[in-house]
Amino acid sequence: MSFQPVKFYQTGTFTVGNRLLAPEERSVQASGKRFNSINSGHRACQGCGEALGARYAIDAAMEATQGQLICANATGCLEVFSTPYPETSWQIPWIHSLFGNTAAVATGVAAALKIKQKKNPRAQEIRVIAQGGDGGTTDIGFGCLSGMFERNDDVLYICYDNGGYMNTGVQRSSATPPAARTATTMAVGPEPGNVFGQGKFVPAIAMAHEIPYVATATVADLRDLEAKVRRAMEFRGARYIHILVPCPLGWGTYSSETIKMARLAKETGIFPVFEAEHGEIKSALAIRRQLPVEDYLKPQKRYAHLFGKQPNVAVIAKLQALADRNIRKYKLLEGV
Amino acid sequence: MLKQCEGSHAVAEAVALCRPEVICAYPISPQTHIVEGLGEMVKDETLQDCEFINVESEFAAMSVAIGSSAAGARTYTATASQGLLFMAEAVFNASGLGLPIVMTVANRAIGAPINIWNDHSDSLSMRDCGWLQLFAETNQEALDLHIQAFKLAEEISLPVMVCMDGFILTHAYERVDVPTQAQVDAFLPPYEPRQVLDPAEPVSIGAMVGPEAFMEVRYLAHARQVQALERIPQLAAEFKEIFGRDSGGLIRPYRCEDADTIVIAMGSVLGTLKDTVDEMREAGHKIGVLGIISFRPFPLVAVAAALKYCKRFVVLEKSLAVGIGGIVATNVRMAVTGMGLKGYTVIAGLGGRAITMKSLTAMLDKAGRDELELVTFLDLDWKAVNKQIEREKTHRKTGPVAEALLRDAGIVGARNY
Amino acid sequence: MTMMDKPFAITLDPGSSLANRTGSWRTYKPIYLDRLPPCNATCPAGENIQGWLFHAESGDYEAAWRSLTENNPLPAIMGRVCYHPCEGACNRQHVDSAVGINSIERFLGDEAIKRNWQFVKPATQSGKRVLVVGAGPSGLSAAYHLARLGHTVEIQEAGPFAGGMMRFGIPKYRLPREVIEAEVQRIVNLGVTITLNTKVSNIEASMQAGKFDAAFLAVGAHIGKRAYIPAGTAAKVVDAISVLRSMEGEEKPMLGRRVVVYGGGNTAIDVARSVKRMGAEPIIVYRRTRDKAPAHDFEIEEALQEGVMVKWLSTIKQAEEGEITIEKMALDDKGFPQPTGEFETLAADSVVLALGQDVDLGLLDGVPGLDVKDGTVQVGPNMMTGHAGIFAGGDMVPSERTVTVGVGHGKKAARHIDAWLKGETYAPPPKHEVAAFEKLNTWYYSEAPHVVRPTLDILRRQSTFEEVVGGLDESNALFEARRCLSCGNCFECDNCYGVCPDNAVIKLGPGKRFSFNYDYCKGCGVCVAECPCGAIKMVPEEN
Ligand SMILES: Cc1cc2nc3c(=O)[nH]c(=O)nc-3n(C[C@H](O)[C@H](O)[C@H](O)COP(=O)(O)OP(=O)(O)OC[C@H]3O[C@@H](n4cnc5c(N)ncnc54)[C@H](O)[C@@H]3O)c2cc1C
Ligand SMILES: Cc1ncc(C[n+]2csc(CCOP(=O)(O)OP(=O)(O)O)c2C)c(N)n1
Ligand code: SF4
Ligand code: SF4
Ligand code: SF4
Ligand SMILES: [Mg+2]
Repeated sequence: MSFQPVKFYQTGTFTVGNRLLAPEERSVQASGKRFNSINSGHRACQGCGEALGARYAIDAAMEATQGQLICANATGCLEVFSTPYPETSWQIPWIHSLFGNTAAVATGVAAALKIKQKKNPRAQEIRVIAQGGDGGTTDIGFGCLSGMFERNDDVLYICYDNGGYMNTGVQRSSATPPAARTATTMAVGPEPGNVFGQGKFVPAIAMAHEIPYVATATVADLRDLEAKVRRAMEFRGARYIHILVPCPLGWGTYSSETIKMARLAKETGIFPVFEAEHGEIKSALAIRRQLPVEDYLKPQKRYAHLFGKQPNVAVIAKLQALADRNIRKYKLLEGV
Repeated sequence: MLKQCEGSHAVAEAVALCRPEVICAYPISPQTHIVEGLGEMVKDETLQDCEFINVESEFAAMSVAIGSSAAGARTYTATASQGLLFMAEAVFNASGLGLPIVMTVANRAIGAPINIWNDHSDSLSMRDCGWLQLFAETNQEALDLHIQAFKLAEEISLPVMVCMDGFILTHAYERVDVPTQAQVDAFLPPYEPRQVLDPAEPVSIGAMVGPEAFMEVRYLAHARQVQALERIPQLAAEFKEIFGRDSGGLIRPYRCEDADTIVIAMGSVLGTLKDTVDEMREAGHKIGVLGIISFRPFPLVAVAAALKYCKRFVVLEKSLAVGIGGIVATNVRMAVTGMGLKGYTVIAGLGGRAITMKSLTAMLDKAGRDELELVTFLDLDWKAVNKQIEREKTHRKTGPVAEALLRDAGIVGARNY
Repeated sequence: MTMMDKPFAITLDPGSSLANRTGSWRTYKPIYLDRLPPCNATCPAGENIQGWLFHAESGDYEAAWRSLTENNPLPAIMGRVCYHPCEGACNRQHVDSAVGINSIERFLGDEAIKRNWQFVKPATQSGKRVLVVGAGPSGLSAAYHLARLGHTVEIQEAGPFAGGMMRFGIPKYRLPREVIEAEVQRIVNLGVTITLNTKVSNIEASMQAGKFDAAFLAVGAHIGKRAYIPAGTAAKVVDAISVLRSMEGEEKPMLGRRVVVYGGGNTAIDVARSVKRMGAEPIIVYRRTRDKAPAHDFEIEEALQEGVMVKWLSTIKQAEEGEITIEKMALDDKGFPQPTGEFETLAADSVVLALGQDVDLGLLDGVPGLDVKDGTVQVGPNMMTGHAGIFAGGDMVPSERTVTVGVGHGKKAARHIDAWLKGETYAPPPKHEVAAFEKLNTWYYSEAPHVVRPTLDILRRQSTFEEVVGGLDESNALFEARRCLSCGNCFECDNCYGVCPDNAVIKLGPGKRFSFNYDYCKGCGVCVAECPCGAIKMVPEEN
């Protein structure tokens, strides 16, 4: 008699690899022959979530396109730490133009490729990715991004959200979460840290463009991230993936806790992980072991002012309310 | 083939003959007719194998152009005035990356006050952006310069701006000779990019360069423009061989041989100036005209040579470097350094103010007698200006020193209301 | 296409950042290590549990069995009777419930019997002869290990069968005899001689007679302890060991219908459950409470399920023909039972005393140098008695009395005997630090409830000696094996390789694990934090 009808693999698909899985069921990152699109020797801080997220995403895209990929990159940490003259970490064709124009540069690349393809239909098709930080995406590059979405240009845009302008020394961006301390929202005065504004959740705005594919992900769920990149590459037209990439420097966390912080963001509901097609939610990654937002906030120095001698329960409650709202809105406890 | 058509249309046809692969555009007067024309050609498939992208801003237009050029596509865009400023960051970037984009600037004033009419403030505000800037005198030249621009840009791997006077050229119906596709193909080889985004040979374009190499990178950009000084006349010659016309080159002297006074200008005003000079020559003035076609790179040597035997020069320019005077004039002065020439700057035609032969004749006459002020604002309404200055004196308590300075420099901001 | 004429400085060749050795940033560095899994640390037989589970997880049961039998030659037996302290230490209990190590061990043992896997004989023989006295688990284990080390081993066993207390004590319904036979036979096949019905009465004489170079004694503890109970002449009072032993003979003991079993240990339970199966109505009388009873709770539970009655907090005051008198006890503040003066009579056709066993040390009479304390033989850390060349283990030496401890003693003694025979001393390799729960990142393990072993239906349990607890089948044994967290030992999950932001982990290929590329490792510690099983640690960078 069998008690266990489902297959079970010790760590299943939670880990990067898992020797028990058939090779084709393992993640791209598990492969000894993965692309390492961004190579060793880059100058990201120790434990940088953005460096990791970029390799996860671009390697997955390289896999999905069999290496036929061109990438446009916005100014920001990712660009600065990867390509200081005389060395680049990129092993793929890559271009950096400006801070706020990456979506448009990618549109241009895609347009050029479309014509090349038309002129030489037998050539292997090449796909285009644009990538940038939250500042380059949700603020200064937002016009170009929206234009790219609206025209439905054949570009996958990936935003690496570390919640601030990290490259310039941790200033506030429109993706900086409320109450977080940054260099321009210091933890001083009657309302320390970032304001509770209206928020600007670009994945939702992307969905409002009804582009073929929108997804969020974190560096804590590699399989999910890779699946989303793979899925994104199955579509034509504008696609958007927003990846939460903890920044030890900006968040004031231990370099070793980068993945843990991303996991906590997801498990508390502070960062909803979901995907949408043509403007409609298709799936949400369910919270596995729900935790209160404190568990996420406490390890981060950018929230230290909330946990002084007298914890700021009011603000913590407001942040919990934001998480609860995500949980309701995206059905994060059930998963879809 | 000879054709009576609008300047914009002529340019659109020329661009189409160059087999562009990506065109991106954002509308702004007086550039609109050019991109509308191209858009239509792409849509009705008279222009094939070309992507026409309606972008959401000029910044995006130049950015799309950067992407497509870096991916190896022959890329074209057009703008003017505010649009050029809106794309400024990307304009510098395109040249910094060495991308051979060709852009038409349908020259127009820059606000505030907002003004849609012609002058050269827009292009000249970008004089140091690293692009080559060629100024067309006529619609025929505008057409021809675009064909030369692609070849030039791609050969030296730098972007080229073809500047043509807004409305005066873009909207003027004139007879132009539109070349055949075979002629253009004979002149302009397919685009062979110096660097290209290609998975077969991946490179990182647009690295961050620190103090250890930045100067060198900038010097090399300068050196390439200097190289273009040689190439531009050669291209004009090659062009003549195939198309049978004189078009382009660095400068264009007209009746300068024995001239005591040479008036220097760019763009369509050269036509009026030539007529004026013809008349004045009749009246015995030893006067000539020097047209500058290539403003960047600036032909220092050629200009110096053209001015070698004259006594004085007058730079008539449609731009103003507020706080000093002329922009073109400053460049010309650099060319004649040490030649002991008298030089006058005449600011004219700003925001579309008509430049009449009458005013020019009077001004040149004065220049011939060396009675011209160093910086002259042609046809300035002094009554309005003075009234305002008076008013400001009382209302704003502007001290007499500042006023005196302003007047000395010949610079006054006037606003009618 | 042709090589590009790349613009100076702004356009760079791919991957050239390899020239930038970011390893120089590091102040701490990660190192791979093997930590000692708590199960391994706890196994009295010294099994490398995590190690053999690793093979079982991939479905390579033979490799798993071979790895297991490196330490313990009796997995089918052990998988039934071991009290599995390993499971009590298992880190998974803090996640959901402990891995069913014991059930997988049994599965492997049964699989080996089914597939007739045999031990590999040693390549060379040492020429040395070792006498093992007693074919209980300890003796069998020592003989097996000695034989594998190339020595000639003879076991002399007093009884008619090998197995010792596993055969004469542990009832069939817990340990079918074919299982013992199969595992003993496999040891015999390895080359061990077992001489049955041969009681060693003088060890020195026997050694001399057989020209043995060393001896390992494992005679167990077989003399039932008696307690003074005032009893009438007609009262039938017997000891548990003889009752259980007689189960093995043709003739079943005549205990009557109402059998009172006196004691609270596993033996008491085994006797009660055995006589229940023979149609009697057993009542256990024990002076303390259930939670104070030395018997394992699961055994008490199984007994109760089968209808065994228990009188907790009771002592036997008097035994007469047909009935006994018991006195109620109460626990004092210190938890000791104290008489209450309240009495009760119970019908009883017989009383079985299950109060523990003593060792018969007759064979050691006159051997010089021995140290006997509390009826057991003292041995050193190398399992040698005070007499050179004579080693001892199992129930006869001071220790916990279980099959597993006996097997462990046998292995340990074999290693020391081997060294002693070579004139060397055996130094066990240093133990790794224990992989404590805090060293794990259990996020990564899939949710997986413990697989419950099937049990025989209750009617058959009350009337037959059929095995009560069933084994796992292939699929659920695999499932259970895969519940192992692999504490402290890399199981090639690729996490470190995947999570390093600097690609500083080198994947060496299946079975070869990983290494660090210290040229680029910045020492962020992400790999350490995300290793599920705690197989990496940070150490300060030495300067
Ligand atoms: C009823 C009962 C149930 C038990 N259940 C469990 C259980 O479930 N799990 C568990 O781990 N432990 C159990 N135990 C304990 C376990 O059986 C013993 O700890 C273990 O068998 C001891 O092994 P040993 O090799 O030291 O001795 P034994 O198993 O006792 O073997 C000693 C052998 O030596 C032989 N012998 C003795 N004297 C001589 C001599 N002079 N010459 C030659 N041969 C001699 C004996 O005949 C015997 O075969 C149980 C014990 C009992 C009594
Ligand atoms: C037009 C322009 N404005 C400002 C800057 C300065 N700048 C460079 S990177 C950066 C911050 C980048 O933030 P983000 O996009 O979030 O990326 P991160 O560094 O956080 O990964 C800023 C403000 C710039 N390069 N260009
Ligand atoms: S500042 Fe943050 S995002 Fe930038 S390199 Fe450091 S860790 Fe990465
Ligand atoms: S993270 Fe996985 S692969 Fe790396 S050491 Fe730990 S168990 Fe092994
Ligand atoms: S994750 Fe990479 S860089 Fe960080 S400590 Fe481990 S090997 Fe070193
Ligand atoms: Mg950021």
